[in-house]
Amino acid sequence: MKVTVKLFASLRKDRFAVDDFDYQEGTTVGHILASLNIPEEEAAIIFINARHGEPDSPLKEGDLLAIFPPVGGG
Amino acid sequence: MDKILRVDMGAEGGPKMQVESLGEYAGLGGRAMTSSVVAKEVPPFCHPLGGENKLVIAPGLLSGTGAAMSGRLSVGCKSPLTGGIKEANSGGQPAQVLARLGYGAIILEGKPQGDDLYKVIINKDGVKIEADNSLKMMTNYDLVVRMKAEYGDKIACISIGPAGEMKMQSASVACTDPEQRPSRHAGRGGVGAVMGAKGVKVIVLDDTGCKARPPKDLQKFREANKIFVEGLSRHPVTGQALPAYGTNVLTNILNEAGAYPTGNFKTGQFVGAGKISGETFAELETKRGAGPTHACHRGCVIRCSGIYNDKDGKFLSKQPEYETVWAHGGHCGIDDPDAIAMLDFLDDTYGLDTIETGVAIGVAMQAGVVKYGDAQAAINLVKEIGKGTPLGRILGSGAAVTGKVFGVEKVPVVKGQAMPAYDPRAVQGIGVTYATSPMGADHTAGYSIATNILKSGGFVDPLKPEGQVALSRNLQVATAAIDSTGMCLFIAFAILDQPDTFQSLLDLLNSFYGLELTADSVTELGKKVLKIERDFNKRAGFTKEDDRLPRFFYTDPVLPHDIKFLVKDEELDSLFDW
Repeated sequence: MKVTVKLFASLRKDRFAVDDFDYQEGTTVGHILASLNIPEEEAAIIFINARHGEPDSPLKEGDLLAIFPPVGGG
Repeated sequence: MDKILRVDMGAEGGPKMQVESLGEYAGLGGRAMTSSVVAKEVPPFCHPLGGENKLVIAPGLLSGTGAAMSGRLSVGCKSPLTGGIKEANSGGQPAQVLARLGYGAIILEGKPQGDDLYKVIINKDGVKIEADNSLKMMTNYDLVVRMKAEYGDKIACISIGPAGEMKMQSASVACTDPEQRPSRHAGRGGVGAVMGAKGVKVIVLDDTGCKARPPKDLQKFREANKIFVEGLSRHPVTGQALPAYGTNVLTNILNEAGAYPTGNFKTGQFVGAGKISGETFAELETKRGAGPTHACHRGCVIRCSGIYNDKDGKFLSKQPEYETVWAHGGHCGIDDPDAIAMLDFLDDTYGLDTIETGVAIGVAMQAGVVKYGDAQAAINLVKEIGKGTPLGRILGSGAAVTGKVFGVEKVPVVKGQAMPAYDPRAVQGIGVTYATSPMGADHTAGYSIATNILKSGGFVDPLKPEGQVALSRNLQVATAAIDSTGMCLFIAFAILDQPDTFQSLLDLLNSFYGLELTADSVTELGKKVLKIERDFNKRAGFTKEDDRLPRFFYTDPVLPHDIKFLVKDEELDSLFDW
């Protein structure tokens, strides 16, 4: 299944800003983090199709996954 | 910080000053000080530009002590924009300097009888107030250059630009940063108009010869500060993300969350967000010889500010904050960083609330005054504000007035103040703060974004009404307390998540003042300040009908989440029942 992955801020270093991937059915956010060498503590904010997700959230065909490190502002 | 400087600007024969002890205001600082004075001394039905209103300027309880992060200044009055009580808060150097000079507050009162414009000079030897009409209509940047030439390199300035002199409702009070740029602002609610109505152009502060305020227990104070600083650098937000990207790191987050107000709060995502994100600005700034890591006041260890040079490597403006990049950028369909930096500079030098100004321009675009997305047109509009043309004065009166003049139905304001950069339907918790804060639509007053979006201090689903009132309540209480300490609100990320860092803040206060404050004391202080503010607003004629969002947030769903504001009126009305 095709999933678009977007990385932000410091997570882009030595990786990418946006890319499309083909994953097996049943892949979770956690699996994708592991495949990208992103420790779970660094994936502080996870959006799947603009809704908050967790490392154990499953993805489906056509999903947009956005991952942020711990960030803040005002 | 044991004295108050009172200046009667309307005294017979010219401004008359008086230095007095803190009296009944002893033990107060920052927002607690300004709101207490306003609530006690300002008749709630006064005209905000008249002699009965007062402008109160106060450093915080820990300002000038050497504690990290303690450089915030509170500026309070009855707001010309909202008609209610106002505390606007700014970084920069003045809080530290004013505190070291020994002043717990400056209170400007009365109304000048002529049309002279005054400067106030405060140093170790005392206070001088002089008329100087050659300063009339100077921009903030030009003004500070002139003040440095006259009073030396060590000064800190509190000033108004032309907008404040013209008494515009969106006029700010500017504070200089450590390099003496007037780029930090007490922005919201027209506090600059009140300073202008009092005839004061600039307060020049010089603390040469003054020492840091001495703690009661120096040893314990130093230890607490060490733990506090270590906690701030350990937390990923305050230690890494903010110094690397500044507040504008939020552009991509809010956009991905579908909560980035676009097209005058029509939708929640902006196609140009990536071009104006914190990542893009940081890279551009570094490439052009400046960068995204800068302290707005000495003693700040987070350094979320930055410097933005133009394409030739010349200074253009401070690094625009998230609110500026949204209000002048995404909200107006503008995706050009250089244009946004220019708009930021113009706001700073004319002395304007960047949020109110950007939102007003977006409302004007909605009305077709200029084309949506036209950056040069937006720049020209801000220049009209600076010149005080009739169109400029309309825009300078803020988003609500602009919407009325041009017949716009959907205007994003609460209590007359423009909404900041978060859609209240996609982040229900910030909607509660916008509706209920005594300040009007204000994001810092109870920053629900931290918990609704950033998962800081826990997580409350932003798309459901449940839990939002409790979240906003707790944050409004905590913020009112922090705003009284002189501490930068960004310490909240570290103190909410790390108990030892929170304890070190209590230890800083306790070791400095010889107190035994607990977490409950902090809560009590915050509640006390909010109660004072709510009471003033009630006496000024506000009712629960003023604690609501504009109608269209209840009727128009926002995409991509297809959601309206769902928190019920009765729930909003229960926020202050504690």
